[in-house]
Amino acid sequence: MAEHAVNPDHVREHPTWKQYKWVAAILTIITILEVWAYYIPAFVASSAFVPSLLLMSAVKFAIVVMFYMHLKYDHKLFRVLFTGPLVVAAATLVALVFLLATWIR
Amino acid sequence: MTSHAAAAEGHAHEHHYTTTGLDNRKVAIWSFIGSECMLFASLISTYLIYKGRSVVGPLPHETWTDPSTGAVFKPILNIPITSASTFVLLMSSLAMVLALAAVENKDKPLPANAGWWDRQLASSKLWLWCTCILGATFLGFQAFEFTSFVHEGLTLRRNLFGSSFFTLTGFHGAHVTVGVIWLGSLLAIDYKRGLRPSDTLMVDIAALYWHFVDVVWIAIFTLVYLIK
Amino acid sequence: MATAATAPAYTSSESHGATGLMSWLTTVDHKRIGILYLHTSLFFFVVGGLEAIIMRYQLMRPNMQAVSAETFNQLFTMHGTTMVFLVIMPLSAAFFNFLIPLQIGARDVAFPRLNAFSYWVYLLGGVFITLPILFGLAPDGGWFAYAPLTTRTYSPTQNMNFWVLGVQILGVSSLAAAFNFATTIINMRAPGMNLMRMPMFTWMSFVVQWLIILAFPVITVALFFLQFDRFFGTNFYTVTAGADPLLWQHLFWIFGHPEVYILILPAFGLVSEVLPTNSKKPLFGYPVMAYSGILIGFLGFGVWAHHMFAVGMGPMADTVFGVTTMLIAIPTGVKIFNWIFTMWGGSLRFNTAMKYAIALIGMFTIGGISGITHASPPSDLQQTDTYYIVAHFHYVLFGGAIMGIFSGIYHYFPKMYGRKMDEGLGNLHFWLNFIALNLTFFPMHFSGMLGMPRRIYTYDAGQGWETFNLISSIGAFLMAPAMLVFLYNFFKSKKHGEVAGDNPWDAPTLEWSIPSPPPEYNFAQIPMVTSRYPMWDITHPERTAEIPHSTKGWDEARHRSDEHILPGGGHMADMAPAHIETAAKTASELDIPMPTPTIKPLLVALGMLVMVASLLPFFAGKTSAFVVLLAIGAGTMIYSLYDWLTTPLEEAH
Ligand code: HEM
Ligand SMILES: [Cu+2]
Repeated sequence: MAEHAVNPDHVREHPTWKQYKWVAAILTIITILEVWAYYIPAFVASSAFVPSLLLMSAVKFAIVVMFYMHLKYDHKLFRVLFTGPLVVAAATLVALVFLLATWIR
Repeated sequence: MTSHAAAAEGHAHEHHYTTTGLDNRKVAIWSFIGSECMLFASLISTYLIYKGRSVVGPLPHETWTDPSTGAVFKPILNIPITSASTFVLLMSSLAMVLALAAVENKDKPLPANAGWWDRQLASSKLWLWCTCILGATFLGFQAFEFTSFVHEGLTLRRNLFGSSFFTLTGFHGAHVTVGVIWLGSLLAIDYKRGLRPSDTLMVDIAALYWHFVDVVWIAIFTLVYLIK
Repeated sequence: MATAATAPAYTSSESHGATGLMSWLTTVDHKRIGILYLHTSLFFFVVGGLEAIIMRYQLMRPNMQAVSAETFNQLFTMHGTTMVFLVIMPLSAAFFNFLIPLQIGARDVAFPRLNAFSYWVYLLGGVFITLPILFGLAPDGGWFAYAPLTTRTYSPTQNMNFWVLGVQILGVSSLAAAFNFATTIINMRAPGMNLMRMPMFTWMSFVVQWLIILAFPVITVALFFLQFDRFFGTNFYTVTAGADPLLWQHLFWIFGHPEVYILILPAFGLVSEVLPTNSKKPLFGYPVMAYSGILIGFLGFGVWAHHMFAVGMGPMADTVFGVTTMLIAIPTGVKIFNWIFTMWGGSLRFNTAMKYAIALIGMFTIGGISGITHASPPSDLQQTDTYYIVAHFHYVLFGGAIMGIFSGIYHYFPKMYGRKMDEGLGNLHFWLNFIALNLTFFPMHFSGMLGMPRRIYTYDAGQGWETFNLISSIGAFLMAPAMLVFLYNFFKSKKHGEVAGDNPWDAPTLEWSIPSPPPEYNFAQIPMVTSRYPMWDITHPERTAEIPHSTKGWDEARHRSDEHILPGGGHMADMAPAHIETAAKTASELDIPMPTPTIKPLLVALGMLVMVASLLPFFAGKTSAFVVLLAIGAGTMIYSLYDWLTTPLEEAH
């Protein structure tokens, strides 16, 4: 691998409390927004409800993976090891739901 | 070749030469996490496929009246409680990264002007305790949720929702349990001999597992609890 | 080489002074574990073969009553289950174990004890699932175990429990091994052994590990559902509770199709070693071979529903899965042409390994072509659930996977035992097997097209099936002498075969640079590699003139190994440009630390098996037996696991 860093395990310095507290704050805020959305009947009835919830949880998912699991900072191999299977898993999930779920037809 | 002995005495594995320069255990845990993606994708798909197909209640988001007895079953999911437990699990991830950072930086002296909070941040024991306790709290919430569901008439056998709900969240809960035990054993090591920066990797792989269990919950919370 | 050829076969078992039974029970040496896998799966091959011969005897003529319908169900279920999970997968695992570290220039796998664990779980799981047939209690729901047929309502006896629990156990073994080998290939390669220089067997094995990592969790979940249904009364497959009767089929085939590539790709890898060696030419189109393997692996996750065209998924799904299935035939066909071009213009050596490799090309092609005929849904509707499908998958599995593995056994036997197998007997084995294969399975294309369904235990005369069935049965009987010749040759040659030397076939890759059998540490000096064919660079530079050479990766390795221990122990001074090793010193003479043998992986596996088996009395309502077994199993497992995790891999010297 090109980066002949002395300690390639930590290609870049991991973040510290300074960043982590903001990460936690953002995660908390998104969670509050999600639950809030759940309690607005007009929003729940609208067609924006499901996509916006999916988007919010995807953002949370990505933030945890990038910052807490250090994928943004670690060796690129780990990114490949995670995103590859994640893509296969997500595609399988979507395909199964389209093939079998009654509520989607 | 005398340095063998020296290396074997210390933490020999830390210094093993590898092709990528990465530790074998970290490569393995990421492969394992990849595998777990497929495991939870299968469980979640099944839950979603069986959504709305139960022939009897109780149901997650809808009221169901038993046609033969007239008994009314309210929507069973308890969003306020689960929101709280979701928050608890998110905070446990914060505690986990702080524990890892504390272990990683053990050898760095605190600056002269370090305050109370800086000293807390440097304590791996504190943050491992926090992670464990928050994880156990999450499990407590889940135990409460499961028992109250059973009281309201939802069991593994009652309907498709019961089968798929308890299995999915139960698998997640089992993962949290394993995580708490794993972190507990790290804590035991910390008390026995103190975790050193050379142990970072050992804590790192536990942390990766822990955060992964957290992101799975992020997906479950939205797909199972919030979306109707 | 000249010296090695006259020297007595080197014995690698002197490590830690143990050679008896205990040394096998505690071994963590990947080569010995590979040999354990090889013997165990050959044993199960005989078991699965006997089951097949009984079935073919029953089907030899119309209205035979040699076995009952119920026994027949158990026979075809166990035949399929055995051949897939207990024979071809572990035969491949034998080669993963034996070859991967040798091919990438490593002294060991990433997690030696986990490796031993995988083997013991396989052995115990295999025994667990095989024994019941002796008592008429064997699983009887087919190797695909379609639910709801296999739920408690329709399969109320213990039989299917052995399957749902046994396959789960075997999955643990495959997954543990897959994490281990994936890590080994990523992380334990010798300096200069870049991805595009890995031997093709290692490449195909790498793809297979990822297929296992991604496909097995799906069957794990499907099996958990079925276990919960059978043991705890959940409703996953209870149609009256609203369950979807297709859920199992989908989950099973999401696993099942990648599984067929798990079965074939290692064999593809083996012949990709045998063909260049015996054609005395580099593999044609190496990068294309590697990429087509990856592509097959990836596309393999998008075709599963071609096993379900008959269930009526609708035109949309049928079209999509038909098209993806036809697409996946392209990278498969590419491989066929690459092998042919590898042989083209080479000076071919027709030894037994080579004959088997060429047979794979031909026989697999027949199976691939029949595969394409059922990639099209309307055409598949004529073929599905008939003997035509049986013909298809035996041409790919027997004609492909088994032929490739036999090729690998003849080719690598000298590396494993220091002696060659007898060529005369090998030749006999090959021709008997080749004739038997075609006699058995070619007629099935016709009986299938004439409408003979799969899985029937007998049939009436007058439907035009008699002759074809008779020929098929004669072919199947012929497999028994073929196998006997092989086994005789195998066991005789271990002791009395011609002494082989390091590199009897003049092969190009690293495993041939060390003594046969290899010393326990494999490489006294870790080889630093400059090309795909390090041995030919030394012995036949003219053959490798066209392929890329460089010392890319050396500097970095030097830089890093100053502070680190080499793969499996050792130091910078232990690295040397790829070379031929003849000296056979022990690990301690060379001061190479070796992992300590340990019984713990076996104990953990045993505890796990007992724990799982406790569900059998639970099913029968015997609660106290359940609790006792569960406690013993869990206790053994947890205690041994703790003991394992707290003991370092190597003793401090
Ligand atoms: C050219 C590539 C291939 C194509 C297009 C193909 C296509 C198919 C299709 C469409 C079926 C389902 C037929 C039916 O049940 O109606 C099938 C069945 C099967 N194939 Fe293939 N196949 C290919 C290669 C392979 C390979 C490489 C293997 C294994 C090494 C394999 C093993 C099987 C097995 C075991 C079954 C039967 C499963 C069962 O129902 O029990 N196939 N194939
Ligand atoms: Cu298939």
